[in-house]
Formats: sequence, structure tokens, C-alpha cells
Amino acid sequence: MGRVVSRIVITPPGALNLPRFRELWEAREIFYRFGARDVVLRYRQTVIGVTWVVLQPLVTAAIFAVVFGQVADLPSGDVPYFLFAFTGMMAWNLFSGVLSRSAPSLVANQALVSKVFFPRMLVPLSTMLSVLLDFAVSLVLFVVLLLVNGVNPGWAILTAPLWILCALVLASGLGLAGAALNVKYRDVTYVLPWITQVLLYATPVAYALDAVPDDIRWLFDLNPLTWLLEGFRWAFLGAPQPAVWQIWALPLTAVVVLLGGMLVFQKLEREFADVI
Amino acid sequence: MADTAISVEHLSKAYRIARSGKAPDRLTEALVARARRPFHRREFETFEALSDVNFDVPWGEALGIVGRNGAGKSTLLKLLTRITAPSRGRIDLGGRVGSLLEVGTGFHPELTGRENIYLNGALLGMSRREIRARFDEIVEFSGVSRFLDTPVKRYSSGMYVRLAFSVAAHLETEILAIDEVLAVGDAEFQKKSLQKMRDVAKDGRTVLYVSHQMQTVSALCTSAVYLDRGQLVHHGSVEEAMTAYRESFETFSAQQTDAARRPGTGELRLTKVAVEEVRDPADEMSVEIEIEANPELVGTYFLSCHVNDDHGTVVTQCDSRLVGLWLDPSKPQRVTLTVKDLWLKPGRHTLDVFVCQMGILDAWRGAAAFEVLPHLPYPELVVDEGVSLGVVFSDFEYETWGES
Repeated sequence: MGRVVSRIVITPPGALNLPRFRELWEAREIFYRFGARDVVLRYRQTVIGVTWVVLQPLVTAAIFAVVFGQVADLPSGDVPYFLFAFTGMMAWNLFSGVLSRSAPSLVANQALVSKVFFPRMLVPLSTMLSVLLDFAVSLVLFVVLLLVNGVNPGWAILTAPLWILCALVLASGLGLAGAALNVKYRDVTYVLPWITQVLLYATPVAYALDAVPDDIRWLFDLNPLTWLLEGFRWAFLGAPQPAVWQIWALPLTAVVVLLGGMLVFQKLEREFADVI
Repeated sequence: MADTAISVEHLSKAYRIARSGKAPDRLTEALVARARRPFHRREFETFEALSDVNFDVPWGEALGIVGRNGAGKSTLLKLLTRITAPSRGRIDLGGRVGSLLEVGTGFHPELTGRENIYLNGALLGMSRREIRARFDEIVEFSGVSRFLDTPVKRYSSGMYVRLAFSVAAHLETEILAIDEVLAVGDAEFQKKSLQKMRDVAKDGRTVLYVSHQMQTVSALCTSAVYLDRGQLVHHGSVEEAMTAYRESFETFSAQQTDAARRPGTGELRLTKVAVEEVRDPADEMSVEIEIEANPELVGTYFLSCHVNDDHGTVVTQCDSRLVGLWLDPSKPQRVTLTVKDLWLKPGRHTLDVFVCQMGILDAWRGAAAFEVLPHLPYPELVVDEGVSLGVVFSDFEYETWGES
């Protein structure tokens, strides 16, 4: 019988091992199905169903407009504050959405992890699909807002995919490590919301970087999320271009974080089924 | 390299059990422990669930994996299906392994039957094209076509299991691993499933089957491995493995006659448990039990006797408290337990007898064994189908009242 399938050899895992990328690719259907499941489940057994996808960012934006635009008087540079905050919110939701959904994902699917083999990495990674869907809806809304306000971001908009990708990669790296650690130490579930909250305040999401006092400005400049936010505003609002070193440092940091996350994940993965 | 479906060499799986106290399962605990003694490695006892297992499985074979509880059957299957990683050794697989470890694991109750077929298929390693190509077959096999767009949480448990099994049974992987799932569904579906499994093996693919149920192993498998406490004791024909498996029960009960090796506090020990060795299904059963005396023991004690069938199922528990019997430990006791109106099915049965007070004083598993002869306690003979289901027989009657 002429079998064309390749043989699979299983040996005890080494100390540092990267995932088998071919296997990940072959199992991409799982990535897609998990993502679709998350989206479907969120709105199943709701009265207005898919309308929630559109309604959620819309209402959030409206709250933003009232609270920040009317009540608080925060500086936002040249653009209307509402647009300024909305861009920040889009970038932030992309990052924190992936992080906060991927970290508990393995534990939430523990029956699967302990009973069926598939590349486990796909569980945390697949959460990005539903986050991306939300992002896409916000983006459409945002384009409408740009037109209404007559803001033209200029050619910098071409860099937008880069920033989106960086946000995803950065969050996935942290999310992978978080998901893997959470299998053994459930504390991650409790600590992570605090960390994201602190990061939210430490990152110029709702305020402009100019509002930061000069003596602690260097602290903000060290935060990769600051680079991300500045990049987003440059691309989407035509805000001043971030420093060139930041444009280079962000993708680099993101890739390093992703690789680190993968290594942590792979290191802990061998005992998932035994300790989950 | 030989073209085998599976080659296993020196395979071991060790689990670590923390020796002193418990392992830190909170991050802070782990950090504090690490900070206090930065170079201290925790001490572990290792428990070898499997040690140095070697075997080859050629293509087209249906391999049964048998052994007592805790022998390492499920661990072996988990290693072969890559759910957990080996500690030592090497597994060489000739292709993808599909697993049917527990039916319906990949199902989400909120999703519809259709959505679950796609999700579960993907999890089991099928590509979208494969699932689409086999979709109709899967639905037809399961017989739930009318409810495809209903969330599976509204399915009856039978429908649920049938759909889950169908997805897995239509997997096109080269190796298929199954852990006791054939015991699901009604008789007709079981038959269909068994046939499906045979077809898989006939295709030249390889089936791994873990079970306690001797009958299905004999019916389905072409060869078998017998595991005992993590060691591979026997690999060969199904009959030989079954014999080895049965003998292990005898060795175990032989060991248990030595009271010192039995669990329990030992403040009182059983000295004799005897039962007639052969009986018809509907015969009355009487068990003679003798217990030694211990004048120092305060209070009274009671007995509990379990009757187990071939599959290890406890058929009945006869606890002496239920009939108000409490015994005095100051003198040796002789008791006869009579069980009436219990119609056992043919096959080997064993008795476990427990002597208890607040805790267990003596636990004698496999204290006695007897064979129930394959005679039917009914006036008529029928084909096997008429008696194949159920744990025991019962004394039943039908009355007819004409047309209703």
C-alpha cells in the first residue's frame, strides 16, 4: 500500500522548543472554527442578535463623547477630542481584547485540552478573530466620523495595517504566556484585569502625551503601548509622526514578545493535560 | 524503517507527586518559596504510570488494550494520541491519529448540530473539505437530520452521543484510538458502530481500543496488549491477552487471602468467605462468612458484601445495617448471608466483603468467586439479542388485556 503520509515521531519534549508551525498551519480550520464559535456564542439567545456587534462600539463611543468631550476637559492636540479618544479606544480595545480573552481561554476549554490533541496554541490565538470583528465594526464607524468631522489622516493611513498587526502580535504574545500560566496558576485570572487597568492609565489612551509632565515623560516613552497609540493616531488621525526609533522598536518588541510568549507556552504545554 | 502503523520504544511516563506538603499552585506561593530558597529544587516522588513499554502494530490491525484499573491503559492511549507528552522513549506513528476518547468532548451545547459537526470535525483533525465531503454521511449515520439546526443542548442524550460518535467514526485518519465509547446508544446503534469500527480496520487503517468489556475487545480486535501496573506483560492474540488478564484477577485474589496484605485497620479480620462455586442464574445464593474476635475492640460492627459481575460492576450491595445486624467483636462470629430474588447473568462473579465500624477494619476484595451458568431462567429460548442488554435478569411477566 503506497502511503504518502509522513510519519510522526513523538519524543520527550526538550527544554526550549518552538511550536511546529506546519502543524499549526494544517490545523488552521480549528483556529477559524473557534473564532466563529466565540462570535456566534456571544450573541446566541439574545433578542437582537448580531445587531449587538454594531451597537456595542456605537454606545461606547457615545459614552466617550459625553464623558470626555463634554464633561472632562482633557487636552487632545489639534483634532476634536472625541475622535482623539475614539482612536485611542480602538487601539486599546484591540490590544486588551486579545489579551483578556486569550488568557483564560485554555482553562475555559479544559475538557478539550485534557481529552483531544490539537495544537493548543490555537485556543488563545483564535480569540483574536472575535476581537478583530469588533475592531472592524468600530473602524467603519470611525471612517464615518472622519468624514463627518472633515479630518483627513493623509498618507500615514497606509501604515495602519502595521499598527494593527503590532497590537495583535504584542497582545497575542502576552496572551499566550498568560493562558499557559493560567493553566497551572489560576491567579492570572485575578491579576490580569489589574495589570490591564494600570496599563490603561499608564498609556495615553484617553489623554494626549503632551499632557504628561516633562519629568516623567521618559517613563511613558519607554512604554511600547505608548508607541502603539502614537502610531495609531499618526495613521488614523494624521497626528504628528512618532519618533523614528519608536516606529522600528514597536514591531521588534512585538515579535520578541510573541516569541517569548510562544516559548513560555511550549515549555508549559507538555503538562497541560496533567495539571489543568 | 519498517512500515508499521505504530512503533513504541522504551516508552515511559512518570508523574511527579510532591513529597513535602503540596506543590505551590498559586503564583505567589511559588515565588515566595523560590525567594526563600532560590536554589532548592522541590523534592518529588515519581510515579511511573508506564515504564519501558515496547511494541509494534502493523497496518490494518485492531489492537485491544486491556488491564486492570490503573494499569496505564488510558495513559498509553493519551501518549499515543499526543494529549500528553512521554517522559522517556519514542513513539513512531505512521500517520495521523484520530481519537474518540470521550464522546462529545468537543461539542458545545449552545451550538447547533451542524455547527458542532464542523467544530468537532476540525478538532479531530479534518480539513473543511473533508468534513464537507462527509457531512451527509455523518448526518445520515447519526440519524438526527431533523434537528441539525437545533442547539445540541436541546438534544436527548442519545441523539447527542450518536451525533458525536458519527463525527468521529467518519474520521479519515490513518490511526483511530477509542476509549470505551461503544457502550453508548441503543443496541442497534452499538451494532452499527461496531461494524463501522471493523470497516475501518478492513480499510487497512489501524484501530486502538481500550476497554474493560471483554466481549467488545474479542469481537472487534485482532490482537491485544495486556498491561499490568505500567508494564507491558503480554502482546499477541486476543485470547492470550484475555487469559493473562483473567489470571491476574486470580493472582490478585490469591494475594488477598493473606490478611496482612489487605487494606483496613486490621483490628478485625475476616477468616473465611465461602460461596458455592457454580450456580444457575435464579438460584438463591448463600455466603458463609467468618470473622475473628478482638476483645479489645469497643462497640459493635457491621458487614457489607458486594457482588460484582465480570465487568467489575457492583451488582448489589448487602449491607448488614439494612437488616439490623450488628456483631459483637468480643467473640469470633460465623454468619450466613442469603441473597434471594437476585437473577445474575451468566459469567464469573466475585464477592467483596468489608468489615466496618466507623472506618473500614478489613476490606477483602475478590474474597470468593463463582460462576453463573449460561442457562436462561426463562421458559423460552431466544436469540442473544433478547438477553444481551442489562446488568441482571429479572423475574417479569406480561399480561394481555386484548385491544385497548
